[in-house]
Amino acid sequence: MSIHQMACIPFLLGGFFFFVAATVGLLRFPDFFCRLHATGKGDTLAVLLSLIGLSIYEGLTLTSVKIIFIAVFMFLAQPTSTHAISRAAMRSGLEPWTRKSGENK
Amino acid sequence: MSNFFLYLGIGLFTLVLFCLYRGTFGPGVLNRIAGICAIGTKTLVILLLMGFIYNRVEMFVDISMVYALLNFIGTITAAKYLEMRGEV
Repeated sequence: MSIHQMACIPFLLGGFFFFVAATVGLLRFPDFFCRLHATGKGDTLAVLLSLIGLSIYEGLTLTSVKIIFIAVFMFLAQPTSTHAISRAAMRSGLEPWTRKSGENK
Repeated sequence: MSNFFLYLGIGLFTLVLFCLYRGTFGPGVLNRIAGICAIGTKTLVILLLMGFIYNRVEMFVDISMVYALLNFIGTITAAKYLEMRGEV
């Protein structure tokens, strides 16, 4: 196992950590906007770290260039879809959670 | 190294099961869409890990790219439909 194949392990473990954090946020937060806040940012960073790690493991080929292209695309697409769906929720009249309202939605 | 990829894939599969709870029982349509979007993001990484386990990355990377495009278009379409309809 060469050195650049060892170098992908911290990236993959960091990506897995952020996936775990995003999933815990999706399960535990009290409101739709809070859950979207957790998954939107956490999943973006996790996908970016995981794909960079996998492309380091692959080396410099056409496949790794494709993996980097997927990473760039997800870095643009994930915040866009998060923004679109939160705007849809806001315009259709879903109230954000406050400490006074108190219950799950 | 293949074993490491295998254990990472199993861990991501467990996270997909937890997200599927939010996709199934989540109160309202919007929570379900958020859960399904998170599942699609994890599936993209699982597909690439499967490619590295089977030594067929040049095939699985195209499938993963198409999966990313479909996940993005599906979420945008659902958001647009809900915004036009005006109710949740």
